[in-house]
Order: sequence, then C-alpha cells, then structure tokens
Amino acid sequence: MVRMKNQIQSIAEKYSNDRTRLMDIFWDIQDLHGYIPHKALRVLEESLDISTADLRETLSFYHFFHESPSGKFNIYLNKDVASQLKGHEAIYAAFETECNCKFGSVCMDGTFGLFETPCIGLSDQEPAALINLVPFTNLTPQKVKDIVAALRAGKELAALVEQYGYGDGANQQIKTMVCSNIRQLGPVFGEKISTGEGLAQSLKSTPEQVIEEVKTAGLRGRGGAGFGTGMKWSFCRAAKGSTKYVVCNADEGEPGTFKDRIVMTEYPEQLFEGMAIAGYAIGAQQGILYLRAEYKYMQDYLEGKLKDLRAKNILGQNVLGKSGFNFDIRIQFGAGAYVCGEESALIESMEGKRGTPRVKPPFPVEVGYLGCPTVINNVETLAALPYILKNGGSWYKGFGTEKTPGTKLLSVSGDCEKPGVYEIEFGMTVREFLAMVGAKDAYAVQVSGPSGECINAQQSLDRKLCHEDLSAGGSMIIFNKDRDLLKYMRYFMTFFVEESCGICVPCRAGNIVMRNNLDKIRAGHANQEDLDNIFAWGQIVADTSRCGLGATSRNPIVSSFKNFPDLYKKLLDEKTNPLYDASFNLEASVEDFDRALKEQNQIGRNVHA
Amino acid sequence: MAEQTASNKPVVATISLAGCFGCHMSLLDIDDRIVQFIDLFELNKSPVNDIKKFTKRAHVGLVEGGCCNDENVKVLRYFRENCDVLVSVGACAGNGGLPALRNKMPLQECLVEAYLDAPTAELGKAIIPYDEELPKLLDRVYPCHEVVKIDYYMPGCPPSAEVFWDTLTSVIKGQGFDLPVELIKYD
Ligand SMILES: Cc1cc2nc3c(=O)[nH]c(=O)nc-3n(C[C@H](O)[C@H](O)[C@H](O)COP(=O)(O)O)c2cc1C
Ligand code: SF4
Ligand code: SF4
Repeated sequence: MVRMKNQIQSIAEKYSNDRTRLMDIFWDIQDLHGYIPHKALRVLEESLDISTADLRETLSFYHFFHESPSGKFNIYLNKDVASQLKGHEAIYAAFETECNCKFGSVCMDGTFGLFETPCIGLSDQEPAALINLVPFTNLTPQKVKDIVAALRAGKELAALVEQYGYGDGANQQIKTMVCSNIRQLGPVFGEKISTGEGLAQSLKSTPEQVIEEVKTAGLRGRGGAGFGTGMKWSFCRAAKGSTKYVVCNADEGEPGTFKDRIVMTEYPEQLFEGMAIAGYAIGAQQGILYLRAEYKYMQDYLEGKLKDLRAKNILGQNVLGKSGFNFDIRIQFGAGAYVCGEESALIESMEGKRGTPRVKPPFPVEVGYLGCPTVINNVETLAALPYILKNGGSWYKGFGTEKTPGTKLLSVSGDCEKPGVYEIEFGMTVREFLAMVGAKDAYAVQVSGPSGECINAQQSLDRKLCHEDLSAGGSMIIFNKDRDLLKYMRYFMTFFVEESCGICVPCRAGNIVMRNNLDKIRAGHANQEDLDNIFAWGQIVADTSRCGLGATSRNPIVSSFKNFPDLYKKLLDEKTNPLYDASFNLEASVEDFDRALKEQNQIGRNVHA
Repeated sequence: MAEQTASNKPVVATISLAGCFGCHMSLLDIDDRIVQFIDLFELNKSPVNDIKKFTKRAHVGLVEGGCCNDENVKVLRYFRENCDVLVSVGACAGNGGLPALRNKMPLQECLVEAYLDAPTAELGKAIIPYDEELPKLLDRVYPCHEVVKIDYYMPGCPPSAEVFWDTLTSVIKGQGFDLPVELIKYD
C-alpha cells in the first residue's frame, strides 16, 4: 500500500499535481497497474485536491479506462460497420472460443479481457483488433487462434507483429501491421515538399498576411463542419489574451474515417509544421495534438518526429531564426469517446474532465483551453498549410470547385476492390468516385460517416463531392446490393446511443426511441405512425441538442429513408388493427410467469395443479 | 365519432391499471369544480362512479397506470376500442413508472423474493399464488403506448388537478390539448 501510494504520488508530481492533466495521470496509473484501483483515487484525492467523486466522474466516461482489474492482454475488437462487412462475426466467435470467455469480461485466470469498441480507424484492413492498444489487422479465425495461443505460451506481444505495414519496419519507432494504403495522391499531398519550406515562407510575412493567404486559398476545415480556416484564425488572433493555443484534433472518431491516420504516419512533418504556422498566425506558443487512444501505437514515432523538428529548429525557441517566435507541441491522449472529437468536448477532455460539449457561444477561439483563445483544426486542415503557404493561396484555390476549393482525402472502405486513401479534387462525381475505387455493383454509399448521408449510389451518379452538393467529410463506406442496409443503419443508431454524452435529455433518450422504432420496423411490427414518430423525434433531438452529435444523430434513418423509401415501406405492417401495437404479444409476455409457476411451485403444492 | 348524447355532453371514461390511484386522486383534487365537471361532462366507465362496462362510446378516455398483467392489457384494449381519444395519464401510463422498477429483474426472481423467500413466508409451504381468477403477470411492466395506440400524454406523477381541468375543458372549447408549458414543465 505504501509502495502504491508512493507510485501514485510520483505520477501526480510528474504532472505537477495539476488536475487538468488527469487524463495523462490515469493513463500512467493504468499502464502501471493494468487498471485504476480505487486506492489510487484516494491518493489522488490528496495530491490533486479533488474528491473521489470528481475523479470517478472523469474516469467512468472513457471506455479505455478500467476501474476493476482487467486482463493481462486486453483485446478490443472493432464492432463497426467496416468490420461487419468483412466477417466480424467469425472473429468475435473465434476470440470467445480461444480466450474461453465472453466479450465484456475477463477470463478466469486473468490473461485475457475481451471488449468491443467502435471504429478504430482501420476500416481499410478489417477485421481488426487492438491488443493492449497494438493493432492487429486483417484477422481470420486462424490468426486469432495463433495469436491467442502464442500469448498464452508467453510470447511477447511485440514479437507477434510480424508483417510491417509501414516502412517495412525499418523505423525502430513504428513497427506496426497497419498499412497506409495510399491509392491515389493529388496535386497537394502528391507534391514533394521539404520540411520547413512553408513555415519559412510564412515567417517572412506578418501573421496577418499569413491569415490573408489562407483566406485566399479558401481552405475550409476538414473535420466535418467546413468552417473557413482563415476566418477562424482571424477571430482567434483578434481575441483578447496573451496566452493562446493551437490544438490539432486527431480524435478521428467518425466511423469509417482513417485519413488522419495516414496523414500522421506519412506526413507528420507537414502536420506539425502546419501547427507552427497556425501558432505564428494567431500568436500562440503552444500546440497540442489531441490523439485518440486507438492511435497510441504511433506515440514513439510522433514523439521522435517532434524531436527531429526541434533539432531542426522548426519547433522550439526563435523558430527558424525568427526572433520572438517560440512554439512547441505536446501530445495529449484521449481514452475512447467519439464525442471528444467535438471541439469543446475535446477541450474539456484536455482539461482532465468528462468529454461533455460546452454551451456555445463563447466559441473556443475566444474561450478555449484553460480559458484561453484556442484554434482547433483537423489533422488534414493543418497538414495542407505548408503546401498552401509555400505555393500561395491562389495556387490552392485553383483546385476543386468555386465554392469548395482544394483537395480532399477520402477514406474508402466496404464493398470495393481498392479500399484505402485517395486524394481527390472537390467536385468529383459519384460516378467517377465509384470507378476510381473499383465499386462495380455499389448499392449505397455512407458518405461522411453516420452523421453524414446514406446515398443511393445508382441514383446519385452525377452528384458532386463538395460542400455545395454532397458534403464529403472523409469517410466513404460502400455497400453492395446483397447487404441488409437497415442492419447497418441500426448499428449507426446504436453508435449514437452509446456515444451520446448524455447531458441533453433529447439526445440521450431520443436516440434510443429512434433506434427502438427502427427495430420495430425491421421486425415487421411498425406502421406508418411509428415511422412518422421517428422523424418527429429526430426533429426534436436535432433542434434541442447542444452539439453536432445530437444535431445529426437522426441522419442514418432520415437519409436512408429518403434514398431508399421502399426498404422501409415494404416492412410496414398494414394488417394489424392500427389501434393495437403489433409488437406487443400477449401470449409471449406471460410465458415467464407460467414458467416461474412451473419451476417454483412444486407438484402437489400448486393450487392450480 | 361517438354518437351525440341526449345531453350533448362529451363523454369521459377513466381507468386505473398498474397505478397507485394517485392520478385519480389528483383528478378529484379539482375541488369544488367537481360540480362544474358534472355539468360539463358525462362520466361513463370509471372507478369514480363504479360503472364497470361501457354503456356508450366515450369521447375521451383517461388511462392511469401501465400494464403489469394480462388483465391490464385486456382492459386497456377494451378502452381503446371504446374511446375516440385515448390519453395516457401520469408517469406510470407513460413510462411504466414505479411498477416498472421490477423490469430490471427477471420476473421469476421477483416472485421468489415476494412469495417464497419473504420473511413472513412459511418455510416449505409458501407458493406463488395462482388461480384462474388471478391475472397473470407480464414479463415486464409496459407503458400503455407499447400495447395500444395512444393519442395524447399528460406527464406528471401525478399530473396536477390544473392539468386535468385544463385538458378536459380545452376539449370542450375545441382547443385540443395544447397546455401551457408551465403546467407540464417539471424540471
Ligand atoms: C460528435 C462530433 C465528433 C467530431 N469528431 C471530430 C474528429 O474526430 N475530428 C475532427 O477533426 N473533427 C471532429 N469534429 C468537428 C470538430 O468539432 C471541429 O469542428 C473540427 O475539429 C474543427 O477543425 P476544422 O475546422 O479543421 O475542420 C466532430 C464534431 C462532432 C460534433
Ligand atoms: S447533443 Fe448529445 S452528445 Fe451532444 S452535448 Fe447533447 S447529449 Fe451530449
Ligand atoms: S403516475 Fe404517479 S400518481 Fe399516477 S399512478 Fe403512477 S405513481 Fe401514482
């Protein structure tokens, strides 16, 4: 106990007993003990001067933190749609058989813990699982068997990573099975650029000029909302306060998205350089990369890159000789929560709290991290900056469409020949897209993930990928005509149910109502009124929610209904008396009672017998 | 529509299923307006006047409580068939309410706890009561709208007398059920 106390105290001291660093403190404790013991909270209570209740408030929010002893090896199997399309069921069964325990529990001898998790950013190489956060891709039941057997036999986890997906394992800091799968590069990320060029160019101009250049480029945020980047920066620059922050949103939680993973593996220099450019433009000295825990395997690699950049004076004091401009970056890990990708929830999380989105305004550009003006940008947005600043805003504006200039990285998965990442110019048609990725009999495409739109592929061939038509956030999941589309829409609704932070009642409760009504439809028990009910609830949730999760959670149903009305209509029950609810079955609902009587009232004592 | 009554008064019916009668008490809490009530409405099947079977179709049916047994289901369906507009009244009818606390446990465990393992049960002799006359419990407590179509909801545990009064009088004025937010806002 004394030893544990000392350990916990020294972890807290490592972070200067700063309660806002709670996420890091929890990670360190969990790395040490395999979970976060209650006793540790008692120690933290004193060191950080916060109550156990407050500590648990944060702890219980994140699904990668364990409050009770977990397995020696914790296996997180991706249960998301991309995995389901590639045989998730068989892998699920194989893990249960081989580990001899059920998902959601730890096996008897404590060797394995089996858990499920939503999208882990590997949709192009599913089925995939994280074992102690090390990714294992393209799983088959046989591979599962081999992996579990090897671990049981005492083999090191790292030793099981045999094929290298990135750089042939030559880089000591990243030996991973994860492949980059870049299928096509465009005019931006396809250009060879030397590290520091864009930043050097920026430093020759004033910060205002840099912001102007980004405005000229017409760059819009690549994280989903598509807000003008230059505009966001100018607000932050104008905001009062001497300390400002640049935060890179690398939470990449939208199911089906993995392009930020590729940017961080293949273009880390450009990303960090982009953060420095943003720092110069708004007047910040500190950048933070908020990285989802699913990408912990990149930690050493990215830390190594940061070190290299410091050595090159692209980070550090008087960056590239510009006196007075100091800028450095640290990495902050999340711990498994989709909603933490929402910018204000992300800030809360960085401050060591639950990922509950804030009420806006004020926006983060005015009141952000630790109350200071903060610019939050997506990975892809930031990584494009060195190219823009080197070649000029008008060069960038020359690509794409009038209203959506530039290029976009798409994460493509599902039923196609060539899953992976593609850089396209905005304005590409769905027809061109499907041909490019080898989707011959595409039926539906989930564009921009569950919060986006489920389109009817054949009816949308001439639609264009750009903000003015079909907004493409990054995730493209393709379904062929043999797929039970509503099954996946149901999964997406469950995703929102599970990931809602719960602060707004309509989002917390309404998503469940919509999901349950969809179940009723799929079971053939729903009538037109139930369908109308979904839309009515969807409207309430969208109108009254605090953040984008609630604003878009109805989209899987609304968009699939709009584009595939017959899928729904053919399931509606027109026969049952509309005054009754067809899902209620009186005979079935008294079966439990009859069984209880039979099992508990012994023969002879049963009055009825 | 229900046939016009001789007095031309709207016909109201009420019922308590798996509820505590608190909602009915709240209805009676309209105090002396009960006299006006009799002037304005005709009360058909209801525990208040003990009419057991509908003698005519009702315009409005008020249902207190959800369904915890097969008899509740039968009565609720009977109500649905005999009322033009059916209103789910209170937390129990709307969500299952307090009785639905058992929904987290398997029915058998509840029965064993209540009848066999109860401190007052005679060891070895206790049984789970059963008789053809007794209703059978459902696997869980259902809110009314999971059993029949419900037209309107009156939230509250119980809804206040004002809510009852305003709801019923708006019907007469032909205003539908638009209640002021202050009356049905509980947080
Ligand atoms: C529920 C939810 C999840 C989000 N997840 C992400 C994410 O994983 N990555 C991201 O960059 N933006 C995400 N966003 C959008 C961010 O709130 C924010 O708009 C974005 O990071 C701003 O960067 P940008 O202007 O460069 O796009 C999410 C938004 C919501 C509502
Ligand atoms: S909309 Fe949903 S996820 Fe967003 S703040 Fe409200 S409850 Fe949380
Ligand atoms: S809603 Fe409240 S008052 Fe009405 S029956 Fe239920 S418990 Fe009783």
